[in-house]
Amino acid sequence: MQKFMTTMEAVRNDSPTVPPSTVTTELPAVKSTGKTTIDSKKHQTVGDVTASNPVFTVRDCNVYYGEKQALQNVNLDIGRNEVVALIGPSGCGKSTFIRCLNRMNDTIDSARVSGEIKLYGEDIYARDMDVVLLRARVGMVFQKPNPFPKSIYENVAYGPRLHGLSSNRAELDEIVRDSLERAGLWNEVKDRLDDPGTGLSGGQQQRLCIARTIAVNPEVILMDEPCSALDPIATAHIEDLIDELTENYAIAIVTHSMQQAARVSQRTAYFHLGKLIEVDATNKVFTNPGHKLTEDYVTGRFG
Amino acid sequence: MGNLSQSRAQTLEKVRASLALRYRKERRFRFYGAASVVFGLLLVILLFGSIFGNGYTAFWQTQMQLDIYFDPQIIDPDNTGDPKIIGRANFAKLARHSLAELFPEVSGRRDRRSLNALLSSGAGFQLRKMILNDPELIGETLRLWLPADDEVDMLVKGYVDRTLPQGSRRLKDRQIEWIDELAAQGRIERQFNTAFFTSGDSREPELAGIGSAAKGSLFMLLITLSLSFPLGVAVAVYLEEFAPKNRWSNIIEVNINNLAAVPSIVYGLLGLAVFINFFGLPRSAPLVGGLVLTLMTLPTIIIAARASIKSVPPSVREAALSIGASRMQTIFHHVVPLAMPGMLTGAIIGMARALGESAPLLMIGMIAFIVEMPSTPMDPATALPVQVYLWADSPERAFAERTSAAIIVLLVFLLVMNGAAIWLRKKFERRW
Ligand SMILES: Nc1ncnc2c1ncn2[C@@H]1O[C@H](COP(=O)(O)OP(=O)(O)OP(=O)(O)O)[C@@H](O)[C@H]1O
Ligand SMILES: [Mg+2]
Repeated sequence: MQKFMTTMEAVRNDSPTVPPSTVTTELPAVKSTGKTTIDSKKHQTVGDVTASNPVFTVRDCNVYYGEKQALQNVNLDIGRNEVVALIGPSGCGKSTFIRCLNRMNDTIDSARVSGEIKLYGEDIYARDMDVVLLRARVGMVFQKPNPFPKSIYENVAYGPRLHGLSSNRAELDEIVRDSLERAGLWNEVKDRLDDPGTGLSGGQQQRLCIARTIAVNPEVILMDEPCSALDPIATAHIEDLIDELTENYAIAIVTHSMQQAARVSQRTAYFHLGKLIEVDATNKVFTNPGHKLTEDYVTGRFG
Repeated sequence: MGNLSQSRAQTLEKVRASLALRYRKERRFRFYGAASVVFGLLLVILLFGSIFGNGYTAFWQTQMQLDIYFDPQIIDPDNTGDPKIIGRANFAKLARHSLAELFPEVSGRRDRRSLNALLSSGAGFQLRKMILNDPELIGETLRLWLPADDEVDMLVKGYVDRTLPQGSRRLKDRQIEWIDELAAQGRIERQFNTAFFTSGDSREPELAGIGSAAKGSLFMLLITLSLSFPLGVAVAVYLEEFAPKNRWSNIIEVNINNLAAVPSIVYGLLGLAVFINFFGLPRSAPLVGGLVLTLMTLPTIIIAARASIKSVPPSVREAALSIGASRMQTIFHHVVPLAMPGMLTGAIIGMARALGESAPLLMIGMIAFIVEMPSTPMDPATALPVQVYLWADSPERAFAERTSAAIIVLLVFLLVMNGAAIWLRKKFERRW
C-alpha cells in the first residue's frame, strides 16, 4: 500500500484538452500542509484511497465526453463488505465515476474512459472482458426508479432468467421471493406479484429495482442517488436495506445527503470538478476533513 | 410603504387587463378549432351520406320467381348423363319458356324478345349450375327465384321515371306493364344480393360483384403486410440501434425520407420494369401488386418504426443493460415490445394507404376485366379502388349504385383495419 501511495504522488494529468473552466478554477490549499495546491497539472487525493480488501481498484481514471473531461486521475478502491459514499456538488462526476465501474458509459457514444479499473485484479476495460458478465457481477440502481413495464414478478425474474440462474419455476419463485424479502418489499407485494411494477409507489419501485439487482446475485452494487426521489420513510427503508446488504456486497452509493452518507457508509469520497479531492473513513471526513474544499462542502458552505 | 402598495395595485390592474386579453384570445382560438372540426365533420357526413345513399340499394337485387320445368328435351335430349353435353345446353331457354307461359298472350318475335329481356342472362347460368350440381333434377318442375335484368331492377328500385315519354326510357310501356303484373302476382321481389360479394366483374350490372376485386385486394394486403412490416421493423431497428452514425447512415436516412414522398405511380413504373419485365412475373397478378405496394409502404413504416424506437425511454435500456442483458436482448425484450404500438400504427397507416392506391396498379396491368375469382396471388385480379374506377366509367345506371357500394365496401375494409390498429395498440400498450 505504501508503495502505491508514492506512485500516487507522481500521478499527473497531462491532458491538454481540459476546458479552461476546469483548469483555472481556484482550488485552495490542502489544510494539513498548507502548501500543496491542487491544479490540473498536479493533483493528489487527500486521505487513503486504498481499501484493505479491495473488490474494485481504480487507478488513474480519466473520462472524457467528447472534448470535455469529466474525471481527472481518479484513484479509489472499493473494499469488500464496505459501503463507499460518493459525495460532491452537482456535475462533479460522481455518476460518471460509478458508471465506469460497470461500463455503462459504453452506451454513450462520446464517452471515452482511460486508466485502469480492476475488479478482483481483472481489468474490466480489457479486450477480452465480457461486458454482459461484468454487469451481471456489478449491479446498478439508478436515481430514478426504472422498473420494466412488466409485472412485479417479471421485473425480478428477468435477470435470473437471463443468466439461467434457475432450472425450474419453483427455483425462480424462490429467487424472486428471496430478493423481494431482502429488498424489504415482499410483504407489500406478495399478493399482487402479477400487477405491473410501474403501478407501485416511488419508494416501492426503487426497492423493486434493488430486488431486481440483487436477484442476479452481484458482487458489487452501485447506487446512483437511490433515495433522491423518496420520502424519509422510504429512505430509511432503503438505508436499512443497505446496512443489511453490506454483509454480502461491496456497495458504492452516490448521495447528496450528508446525513445519509454518514449513516450508511464506512468510507466517503469527495469529488470536486472531476477530481477526487478526499477519501477517508466517513467519520473522519465529516468531523475532521483533510482538505479545505471538503470542509466547505460538508459544513454546508459550498453548494 | 404606500408607494409599494400603490405599485402593487398597478401591477394587479395590468395583470387583470392582460388576463382579459388572454382569455379572449383563448376563447377565439377554441372557437376556430371547434368551427373547423364542425366543418370537417359536415364534409365527412356529406361524403358518407351521398355514398351510402347512392350505394346501399346495390346490396339488394330484384329477383323474379318462375316455375322452371327442367325439360330433358332441352337439357339432355339423348339422355347421355354426360356433364359436358348437359353443360352446353341452352338453360336460358328454360327460363324463357316459363316466362312465356305466364304471358301466353304475348306473341310475335319482337314482343317475345322484349319479354325475354326482363330476365337476366345470369338466370341461365344459375339453372345450369343447379343441374350440374344435381342432375337428378332433370324432368322436375321447381319454383325458383332468378335474377331479373338490371333495367327491371332499376324500375323496382324507383330509379326509372315512368312519366317520361317511352322513347327516352330503356323500358318500354309494355315491359313495364308485364313487370307490374309479375309484381302483382308476388313474383318480383328484392332479395339480399349475395352475388355482389361473391362474383367477379361482369358486363351485366346485375351479375357484377366485387368478389374478385376484394380477393385481389386481400391478397395484395397480405403480401404487403407480411413483407413490409418485418422488413420495415428490421430496417428501423438496424438503423436506430446498430448502424454506425456516419455519412452513409445520414444519406440512407435522407433517402428513406425522400422515398416516402415519391408519387405512387413511380412505384408502379418501377414494378413494371423490375418485377414484370426483368423478373418475368405475371401481369395483373396480386403478387406483383403486393410487391409494388410493399416498396411504396416501406418508407412510411420505417419512419414510423424509427420514431417509436426513439421514443422508448433510455431508462428502460439502462435497466436492462445494467442487469446484464446483451444489446440484442435489450432490444428484443424491451425496446421493440415497447415500440410495437407505434410500429403497428405506422404499419396500419401504410396499409390503409396501400389499400386505397390505384395508380401503381394501373401500371402493372391490374385494371384488366376480371370475371373469375383469383385463387392464388399469381392469378390475374383487380383491386377494390381499381374496380371502383372501372365501374364509375360504365354507362349503365345500375353501375352507378354498384360504384358507391364498392366504395362502401372499401371504407368498411379501412374501418376494420383501423379498428384492428386501435385494438392492437391497446393490447400492446403498457402503462409506465
Ligand atoms: N452524456 C454526457 N455527455 C456529455 N457530458 C456529460 C454527459 N454526462 C455527464 N456529462 C458531464 O460530465 C460532468 C459530470 O457529470 P455527472 O453526471 O457525472 O455529474 P454528477 O456528479 O453525477 O452530478 P449530479 O449530482 O448532478 O448527478 C458534468 O459536467 C456533465 O455535464
Ligand atoms: Mg449524477
